[in-house]
Amino acid sequence: MRQSNYYVILFSVILTVVLGGLLAATSEGLGPIQKKSIELDTKKQILGAVLEVTSEMDVIETYNKAIKSEVTDYEGNIVSENEKGEPIVAEDVNVEKQYKKAPEERLYPVFKYYGKDGGEEIESYILPVYGSGLWDNIWGYIALDTEGKTIKGAVFAHAGETPGLGARITEDKVQARFEGKELYNDQGELVSVKMLKGENNPPGKLDEHHVDGMSGATITGNGLNDMLKNYFKYYQSYFNKKGTTASL
Amino acid sequence: MSTETVDKPVKKESEAFFSKRRKKIVTDPLNDDNPITIQVLGICSALAVTTQMKPTMVMSIAVIFVIVFSNLIISLLRKLIPNRVRIIVQLAVIATLVTLVNEVLQAFAYDMYKELSVFVGLIITNCIIMGRLEAFALANKPYDSILDGLGSGLGYAWIILAVAFFRELFGSGAIFGFEVLKAIGFSADGWVGMDYQANGIMVTPVGAFFILGLIIWVQRNKTGYVEN
Repeated sequence: MRQSNYYVILFSVILTVVLGGLLAATSEGLGPIQKKSIELDTKKQILGAVLEVTSEMDVIETYNKAIKSEVTDYEGNIVSENEKGEPIVAEDVNVEKQYKKAPEERLYPVFKYYGKDGGEEIESYILPVYGSGLWDNIWGYIALDTEGKTIKGAVFAHAGETPGLGARITEDKVQARFEGKELYNDQGELVSVKMLKGENNPPGKLDEHHVDGMSGATITGNGLNDMLKNYFKYYQSYFNKKGTTASL
Repeated sequence: MSTETVDKPVKKESEAFFSKRRKKIVTDPLNDDNPITIQVLGICSALAVTTQMKPTMVMSIAVIFVIVFSNLIISLLRKLIPNRVRIIVQLAVIATLVTLVNEVLQAFAYDMYKELSVFVGLIITNCIIMGRLEAFALANKPYDSILDGLGSGLGYAWIILAVAFFRELFGSGAIFGFEVLKAIGFSADGWVGMDYQANGIMVTPVGAFFILGLIIWVQRNKTGYVEN
């Protein structure tokens, strides 16, 4: 009896329903807690682009003091509500979902950093970036100076890059290579910042538009370069509208 | 672990709760029949997660949880599982448990989840677990299966913790993130007079091979185990 097709099918169906139900219930039950963890992690990443986030720090409190956000579209106009008239909050804009749309139709959150304790003046603009690495998506937050020309800090994260190779984009050491790099050349053209192939490149190759690469992770590096170049372009009109970028 | 199993062994055979045979089920995989060093299973994760103690600890707990409970579940179902689909059933049970672990980590230890994510998922393919289900749980009673899972899990855990101990110590000069070598004097103002130069090879998987090789060497030297 135990070997009959009927029994096998019945057993499989019951097993699938029980296990599936169990997983669905867990996912439902833990969903809100997971959402909170993700929110905390996102805020940690945003802050990480401009300051060192320590374990003692109250991330949410610092974030509320230091960051004011807005959302812009491809043309650089500030968008405050959607078609239905509901307000759009930058923190709720899912960059991954936006990434799937055409660049012209996306919403672009901008996080304005007012200093650790929330001063009067904007110290830097933090922009989310999103792209693809070797195995899966990569993303990050880039802090630019008030003119949108110089990188002040960068954080990167990934979904599935190879540990020890592409996954090294999450290392402080790698991220620090981007600090102080320039997005525009002397002619005022957007050239972005490129990660080179290979590691320990001679200093001659590392100018204000190039950073040292990660050995064994050229494809992740290329993905990173494309991601940066694309998003710097997408945000260009935002800074242009502010009248702060070099006019082209 | 005594609570859930009280009524089982008393049934008919009334074997002692910790009889010699049962003790052997737990202790055998720790040394004489260690899943990693003797059976050489589960090497992949042993190399991948052991750069630091903390993720290794989480990984150990996750594997012990999955192996104990999948052993228990398969053992309880052993008379119901159709022989022809048993491997798929085993996989489904393991995958469910692993997903549970993943969800819990994502909710309560998000940083750990990010760090381990891929490897927690890969517990599904950890041969130790499938091996125990196929070789033990399908043919043994639930309580014995729990003990067997616990033994194999602990056998896996102590090896990867030992590997991680040496890799983190020599690779980053720390244990559980605490910079021990600095604390005992490897710093500019300590008695050594200079910082500890981290051994880069320990951070790469190659370092894990070295440590694992040394552990296997020492262990086989002591137990006299020879592969036939």
